[in-house]
Amino acid sequence: MSYKLQFAELLPYWNVLLYGLVFTIVLTIVSTVVGIAVGTAGAAARTFGPGWLGRIVAVYVELIRNTPFIVQLFFIFFGLPALGLKLSETTAAFLAMVINLGAYSTEIIRAGIEAVPKGHIEAGLSLAMSKWEVLRHIVLNQAFRKIYPALSSQIIIVMLGSAVVSQISAEDLTYAANYVASRNFRNFEVYLLVALAYLLLAMLTRSLLRALGRVIFKAR
Amino acid sequence: MSLVSIRDVRKSFGSNEVLKGVSLDIAKGDVVAIIGRSGSGKSTLLRCINGLETYQSGSIVADGIEVAGANTNLRELRRHVGMVFQQFNLFPHLTAAENVMLAPTVVNKVSKAEARATAAEVLAKVGLSEKMDAYPSELSGGQQQRVAIARSLAMRPKVLLCDEITSALDPELVNEVLRVVEQLAREGMTLILVTHEMRFARDVGTKLVFMHHGKVHEEGVPKEVFAAPRTPELQQFVGQVS
Repeated sequence: MSYKLQFAELLPYWNVLLYGLVFTIVLTIVSTVVGIAVGTAGAAARTFGPGWLGRIVAVYVELIRNTPFIVQLFFIFFGLPALGLKLSETTAAFLAMVINLGAYSTEIIRAGIEAVPKGHIEAGLSLAMSKWEVLRHIVLNQAFRKIYPALSSQIIIVMLGSAVVSQISAEDLTYAANYVASRNFRNFEVYLLVALAYLLLAMLTRSLLRALGRVIFKAR
Repeated sequence: MSLVSIRDVRKSFGSNEVLKGVSLDIAKGDVVAIIGRSGSGKSTLLRCINGLETYQSGSIVADGIEVAGANTNLRELRRHVGMVFQQFNLFPHLTAAENVMLAPTVVNKVSKAEARATAAEVLAKVGLSEKMDAYPSELSGGQQQRVAIARSLAMRPKVLLCDEITSALDPELVNEVLRVVEQLAREGMTLILVTHEMRFARDVGTKLVFMHHGKVHEEGVPKEVFAAPRTPELQQFVGQVS
């Protein structure tokens, strides 16, 4: 066993790899922000909304949580054109990520909302606040505080899972690695490098989220 | 004319009827103490007055608004009918002042500065001027309950409903809350209290209501009722609690 590492052979492809890295970061940020917005709306609908809306959201959540992400992605990218909805790889990747994180965060945020004592809601209502004002000013803040660690983990999971979008040729970090490896055949070096990049990204995201949490929830 | 008028209200949870035709009239400035065993329906009755519970028949009119009317704006009703709970229910992510300021800013669209001035005023009234910027977790139970009272007062209610507001407190903290309530009573606030504090009910109350099995079993002037309960159930109850 003597394999000579030749990282120098990756150098000509630095721009491809950098583009992939940026793509993955942007994909993660956008799907996190939009996905959590979807999740908040979904959780609000399930807990504070009318029953019919809650049931629709429940179907969405179960559908996404019980199917593989890659199948969801393929359905959006390869399946939907049959209905006349043809999306670019990039759009399909973003959409699939948002839909996926939206479903998981709906469940996580719902758990947070349900953990808020009912008495706090009654206190808000007794102060003449509307249901939605109670949700916004009293419930959501407490709910996010409770589920922030779980949500942070889910964001990391989604970031790592985003590697799957390379399968529809969305140009993320994994796609870049595949591209480079198929040209210079330095599979060991390129996947080692990309694995390290994901590792670093995950650790960085975790500490960033932790710092962000401290700022947002500085008070008790 | 009475400020709160309750007529033959019936309420069931499933097959369990907890209010079996309750009627009660409360005038402005009354301090009504509702006593009775647990399960006699007193808390449920209180919660019906501000629409936290619905009832199946009868009527409750509070400040001219029919609580269970088809077109009733519960928000409008609750602006005039405040409520304080056994478990305080302060919002833990907000300071004492922010707890008090929330409803005035959100519901009445009052400016932050004006709301803060109101918060300072009502927190001073409950003796907590120095605790404006403390979080609920930094306050004792008695202090938390006084903040909760201040929070209700900030909406300038015409009636304040108090649901066993000293029951979750350590014995040595009960009096600081009762003193605040007594002061409100002296200032003419209309109060409806579900309470186990018999001495307080007798000394501060203007009207005593004894509930038993979902009905008003006996009512009258507290001192007279306590001195000479007419029904055996109240005689027994008073004997047990005092």
